[in-house]
Amino acid sequence: MELLGKKIGMTQVFDAKGNFIGVTVIEVGPCTVLQKKDAKSDGYNAVQLGFGTKKERTATKPMLGHCKKANAAPAAHIREYRTPEPVAFNVGDKITVKEFQPGQFVDVIGTSKGKGFQGVVRRHKFAGGDMTHGAKGWHRRSGAIGQRLFPGRVFKNMRMPGHMGHTKITTQNLKVVQVREADNVLLIQGAVPGHTGALVVVRHAIKKTKAA
Amino acid sequence: MNVIEKIQQEQIRTDLVPFKVGDAVKVHSRIKEGDRERIQVFSGLVINKQGRGIRETFTVRRISYGEGVERIFPTNSPFIQKVEVERTGKVHRAKLYYLRGRIGKTATKVQEA
Repeated sequence: MELLGKKIGMTQVFDAKGNFIGVTVIEVGPCTVLQKKDAKSDGYNAVQLGFGTKKERTATKPMLGHCKKANAAPAAHIREYRTPEPVAFNVGDKITVKEFQPGQFVDVIGTSKGKGFQGVVRRHKFAGGDMTHGAKGWHRRSGAIGQRLFPGRVFKNMRMPGHMGHTKITTQNLKVVQVREADNVLLIQGAVPGHTGALVVVRHAIKKTKAA
Repeated sequence: MNVIEKIQQEQIRTDLVPFKVGDAVKVHSRIKEGDRERIQVFSGLVINKQGRGIRETFTVRRISYGEGVERIFPTNSPFIQKVEVERTGKVHRAKLYYLRGRIGKTATKVQEA
C-alpha cells in the first residue's frame, strides 16, 4: 500500500507519554486510482495513482484522456506501485490518509536535498588531513586512490568528490504519530528525505509491520 | 492558517494561570508509574522562561536539603496539571541565574511585587 504526498515541514508534538517529539508533517493523498494493471494484460499487477492537480491547459491531451477515464482532473504527479495480487481498488477510487493508523510504521521514499559538488570529507566522511602539526595545503584531500604498476588503474567505485544529494532515499520504519483526516495529513516521527514541498511516497513499512 | 500552525495552536495550553520570572510557584505535574498516576508538586522560584509558542519552557529553582535543584518544564506539556502562583516577585532580569551563586536566605529571596 503506497500513497503519494507532499512534505509540508517539521514541528513538535507531545505524545501520550508526555515526551516532546519531532515530527514531519506530510500531506498524504487523496490519491486517485488512475489505472489498474494486471498480469493478464500488462504482465504484472500494479496500481497507478495520481496526486494533486494541474491546470488543464498545461496537461497533454493523452494525459487528459487518461485521467478522464478515472473521472479525475489531470494529476500533477503519477506513480505506480506493484502488488503481488490484483488489488481491490477500482479505477476512480480516492485513497486517503485513512489507510494509515497511528502507531504503525511506514517507509517514506523521497528525493534528498541536493548538496552540489562536494569533496570527499563531506561526501564520504573521509578524515582529511591535519589542520596543524605542520600540515600545509593537505587538509581535505582523499589520499591515494590506487596502488602501483599493478593494477595500474583506479578501481571502479572509488569514492571521490562529486555531486552529492538529490538521490532517491528511503527512510524505513518511521512511526505514525497522528493521522489527521480533516487535513489529509500524517504526522510521522523523525525526519524524511527531501525539502519542504517535495513529493514523497508513503508506504506501509516492509520490515516493521507490527504497530508499536 | 497552515497545517503546522494549526497543529501547534491545538497544543498550546490556555488553561494555565499566567506567571512571570521571579514568581514563586507550585507546579503540579502528573507522573505515571506503571499504570498508576500520581501528582507531584515541585515548588520554587521561576528563574527562566524561554522559547515561543509550543516550544516554551520555564525553569523552577528550589533549595532542597541545602542543595539547589532546578527543573525545566515544557509550558504546554499535557502532564502539567496546574501551576499555582504563591508569590509574585518584582525582578529586573529576565533570567535569575544570579541566584545560583547565592547561599542561605538570599538564595530564594526576590523583592515582592
